[in-house]
Amino acid sequence: MQKTWNNKAWFMVLPVLVLVAFSAVIPLMTVVNYSVQDTFGNNEFFWAGTSWFTDVLQSDRFWDALQRNLLFSGIILAIEIPLGILIALNMPKKGLGVPVCLVLMALPLLIPWNVVGTIWQVFGRVDIGLLGYTMAALGIEYNYVNNVFDAWVTLIVMDIWHWTSLVVLLCYAGLASIPDAYYQAAKIDGASRWAVFRYIQLPKMKRVLLIAFLLRFMDSFMIYTEPFVITGGGPGNATTFLSIDLVKTAIGQFDLGPAAALSLIYFLIILLLSWIFYTVMTNSDAQN
Amino acid sequence: MARINLDHIRHAYGPNPKSPADYSLKEVHHEWNDGGAYALLGPSGCGKTTLLNIISGLLQPSEGKILFDGKDVTNLSTQDRNIAQVFQFPVIYDTMTVYDNLAFPLRNRKVAEPEVDRRVREIIEMIGLSDWAKKKAQGLTADQKQKISLGRGLVRSDVSAILFDEPLTVIDPHMKWVLRSQLKRLHKQFGFTMVYVTHDQTEALTFADKVVVMYDGEIVQIGTPAELFERPSHTFVGYFIGSPGMNVLPARIDGSSVDLDGQKIALSFAPKIPAGAKTELGIRPEFIKLGREGMPVTISKVEDIGRQKIVRAQFANRPMAIVVHEDGEIPSEPRVTFDPAAINIYADSWRVGAEG
Repeated sequence: MQKTWNNKAWFMVLPVLVLVAFSAVIPLMTVVNYSVQDTFGNNEFFWAGTSWFTDVLQSDRFWDALQRNLLFSGIILAIEIPLGILIALNMPKKGLGVPVCLVLMALPLLIPWNVVGTIWQVFGRVDIGLLGYTMAALGIEYNYVNNVFDAWVTLIVMDIWHWTSLVVLLCYAGLASIPDAYYQAAKIDGASRWAVFRYIQLPKMKRVLLIAFLLRFMDSFMIYTEPFVITGGGPGNATTFLSIDLVKTAIGQFDLGPAAALSLIYFLIILLLSWIFYTVMTNSDAQN
Repeated sequence: MARINLDHIRHAYGPNPKSPADYSLKEVHHEWNDGGAYALLGPSGCGKTTLLNIISGLLQPSEGKILFDGKDVTNLSTQDRNIAQVFQFPVIYDTMTVYDNLAFPLRNRKVAEPEVDRRVREIIEMIGLSDWAKKKAQGLTADQKQKISLGRGLVRSDVSAILFDEPLTVIDPHMKWVLRSQLKRLHKQFGFTMVYVTHDQTEALTFADKVVVMYDGEIVQIGTPAELFERPSHTFVGYFIGSPGMNVLPARIDGSSVDLDGQKIALSFAPKIPAGAKTELGIRPEFIKLGREGMPVTISKVEDIGRQKIVRAQFANRPMAIVVHEDGEIPSEPRVTFDPAAINIYADSWRVGAEG
């Protein structure tokens, strides 16, 4: 087919380019700008080279926070993905139950993040919270304010409550796309419930699971609002994730250089890990 | 392998069927022989697949019983009925190799591995995918995938019956012939009871010993291909089987004489027509002789299809098809005669015999 070259097309994509430039490229470049310079205000900048980066990478603070992030993402992925699949498998396929279930599932996703944080912050309080008070009444020691384990459990349960629905909805969409003939053929072939899951449902859900996995990884790795509201990074530094540490550095201490360097490192870590997951998970397709 | 009895089966998809029109499958009451090759033939939406799914147990009939070798299986699951079924569109297990796909129904039934290997090798050879045995099934073409589906249906040696639901729709014409004759050979060799659903008459007639013609949720005739051709018991069968189909002409019957809009024909028998019935005469295009004698026709078109010519004509103000041999002449003042032995008389679309 003959292609028509027409430079007016550039004009058409211009709005998008401008939008991306202002929303992503330019802010990112200011961060880059801060990360290689030192400033004491008055718009005076001194070249700092890579020293902020080495500072960040050599600090225990950074590595501790990174470990917390990895642990948190690992735990919530290990729970939310299987739990999401399990719920999706057991959701009704037709009838009135379908819209009811879908709406119930979507509800947690509709609540603003800081509200989710506040709900759980109050819910878990030992003096007035339903959960905290009940636990105390039952004689179970629970206090997210001064117990590291309790703080982590609260954050993990909250994240599962908030985000498992996303995995459920994606899996449910994947399951709904499987034609009936597959289940009929499986019956004819005498396949067990497990075999149906292993050889029909799981392969058909693979793509949506990849998306669910990436979304949940990126989101959980960037978690900020909820721990900020509930624990404020404590007790001690027990729930100080990279994002909380970053805000402390940038706004609390006004160390703009190290904060900018940390942002860039943070961004690159997420990009790198997402890319690795994506490549590994799509690789099995490419082998055939 | 089993004899299949369908005992007053009826099925409606909606709840609480009242009138006969609510039933997608009207009453079916038949015995199908052990080791028979049956074809279920009919247009789309006539209830073929419904009947097939009732036999396999994927669907519970609203009324009636199904018996395999005299044993009531109506409430048994597909697996307990020990049925193999091949669907219209390929169903394969993407993540398994071709070999494992074929072994799947056997392994699920705990067949010993040497026996699995023997059966799978035999079938994989038959469907011509030996070179692909170790490949993942995912990347195959549609007709290779359908061959795997077909193979999974054939791999078990102890099934009560094998059911095919238009299995060759996605396969290219040449391969259709090859696979069909292999199925036929397999049927002769092992004597499976096979039921084959199709809307393609060539497929039905070449595959089956007995063809079951369905129309509008009803079985209208069960017979050998020859019976369906010579003595269609319903005008639909006459029209559906044969190419072109049977000519059906409105007729007035008086004793043993027929009046076709002024043209009179004498019958060798006197059909007994129920009072008030709509009467018709059916004659296949192959049994009409075109010549200089008989009743006048007007020819509108001649289609040359190689060994034969199909003459489209107007007879007694009705369209009529006539088959003429390739060398047969077409006179300038054409007239037709009907082979008396090939005339069928229909009352309200159903055939009436001499005794009737």
